[in-house]
Amino acid sequence: MTPRFKILLAVMAVAALALPKLVYPIVAIDVLCFGLFAIGVDLLFGFGGLLSFGQALFWGGSGYLAINVVHHFHGNLALAIVAATGFSLVLGAVAGGICVRRGGIYFAMITLGIAQIGYFLAIQLTNWTGGENGLQIGSRGTFFGFSLENDTAFYFVTLAIVALCVFLVLRVLDSPFGAVLQAIRENESRAIALGYRVNRFKHVLFIMSATLTGLAGALYSLGNHLAGLEMLDWHTSGAAVMMAILGGSATVLGPMLGAALYEGLEYFISKTPFTAGTDLIVGLIFALCVLSFRRGIAGELLARRWRRTST
Amino acid sequence: MSVDYAAAQLFNGLASGAFYALLALGLSVIFGMLRVINFAHGALFMLGAFATYYGAEAFHVPFYAALIVAPLAVGLFGMAIEVTILRRLRGLDPVYGLLMTFALTLIIVNVVRLMAGPLGSPYSAPDALSGATNLGFTVYPTYRLFVIAVSLAISLLVWWFVERSTLGARVRAATENPVLARAFGVDTNLLITLTFGVGAGIAALAGVLAAPTTNVAPSMGDAIIIYTFAIVVIGGLGSITGSIVAGFALGLLQAIGSVYYPPISTTLIFIVMVLVIIVRPAGLFGKSEEFR
Repeated sequence: MTPRFKILLAVMAVAALALPKLVYPIVAIDVLCFGLFAIGVDLLFGFGGLLSFGQALFWGGSGYLAINVVHHFHGNLALAIVAATGFSLVLGAVAGGICVRRGGIYFAMITLGIAQIGYFLAIQLTNWTGGENGLQIGSRGTFFGFSLENDTAFYFVTLAIVALCVFLVLRVLDSPFGAVLQAIRENESRAIALGYRVNRFKHVLFIMSATLTGLAGALYSLGNHLAGLEMLDWHTSGAAVMMAILGGSATVLGPMLGAALYEGLEYFISKTPFTAGTDLIVGLIFALCVLSFRRGIAGELLARRWRRTST
Repeated sequence: MSVDYAAAQLFNGLASGAFYALLALGLSVIFGMLRVINFAHGALFMLGAFATYYGAEAFHVPFYAALIVAPLAVGLFGMAIEVTILRRLRGLDPVYGLLMTFALTLIIVNVVRLMAGPLGSPYSAPDALSGATNLGFTVYPTYRLFVIAVSLAISLLVWWFVERSTLGARVRAATENPVLARAFGVDTNLLITLTFGVGAGIAALAGVLAAPTTNVAPSMGDAIIIYTFAIVVIGGLGSITGSIVAGFALGLLQAIGSVYYPPISTTLIFIVMVLVIIVRPAGLFGKSEEFR
């Protein structure tokens, strides 16, 4: 951890503690959940060089499952979170096995197609998804006996879970496993020559990404009391990709920053007369990012020196 | 199953395959030259349909003229995008091309939605193409037969052009080895721009053809682009033959699938994609290990 990284981490931690006082707690919950979603997406992109346009599959799949568990298991919130996360882990193991067979640009298209299967399945399985209407719950249920109906309380539980996830991600990336991932990203052929089963590492990374994304989706739908088709929509996958890259790919903290910025921007635009032009504004900002600051905000902040040419 | 019903399903399959083939073809042509997956392909398709609709509303451009004018206009627009934006991303990981065209999709679709409203408008085919044609063994809507014919003709033309003509040989040379092609005096920059223009134009042509068959709406490219991606993966990225064959074949398969189990028609293409990746990761017509 560089000093700058520690400073950024500290600033973000303070901001996270203050956030529910600054904005509606429900908006703060959304920021955390999308942040974790974007971290999941960036695990693949930033650390595996794999751009997934289909992570909404796990976000939405776990979202639906969490709502169903709360509904059918007497409001057992903890069970809902665990079951939904486990669901994405298994789904990630299956889907990942197929997706990692091709890298690069293929990977993006394949993940997009597989996620679309989930989308159409959700339209068919109306008993579990409510079809076009989605699912709603009246109450979030109880978390080990505690009611989390208060949005601020739910926010802090979510914050604790997300903080734990960020810690785990940093720990894993710092491990020998993380070092192999870096080797694969830098020079895949050489990693293969060294005897690493590259696809197996990518598969594990995919499962980690899917699990985090699923957990994020479960918390999001529980936080908002609903799960709907838009959670599985490819636009949602695209939004998470934009958050990750805008915030700063391969920095772990960047995607969370990107999510806060994205949600903040959407919130801000919704208060102006340009609501109908949200995609236009977001698209322009993202295009600018791809053209001129591909390291993203955190990437630029954490870069050792300001260089004229970006990588 | 009666002959009429079977024939109708067959032609329905070919008609949707006609759109898939055209879009996959354009995507493949662009990928072959630029190594960019054009996410904005669906948006260009939609622009073709809107150009047709507004051409007719504002300037009384007839449908047959739109078949030429709209692809030209959208092709020029595509070339402008290539020169001003995509050129700056050359030499980077191709993923950035995908991300940039994704951003362009958001921008283009949103601008059209702001100008035209989110709801679509109907557009009718010219009288000569409406109605039905008696084919001897069955009677089928004339317009869809026309779509199949145009798509087949364009597919063959592009295939011939790339694989058999001199300019096509230069395009292939510039794809295989741009440095050497430049050394032989081939203007690769110009070729890249033209190729993107042609790909965009073919997408727009598909849009013109689609205008009378669906509601002309800003979101009309949203769904079809994902199907096109899957078809390109199935056919083998960059393979022109693969795109055409996979496009028509999956259109047919989708139609056959929906006879036996209608809900599967939306997912069948993706299921085939998964199977193809498992059995033959490079795609049916792709060269293995050519691009990972």
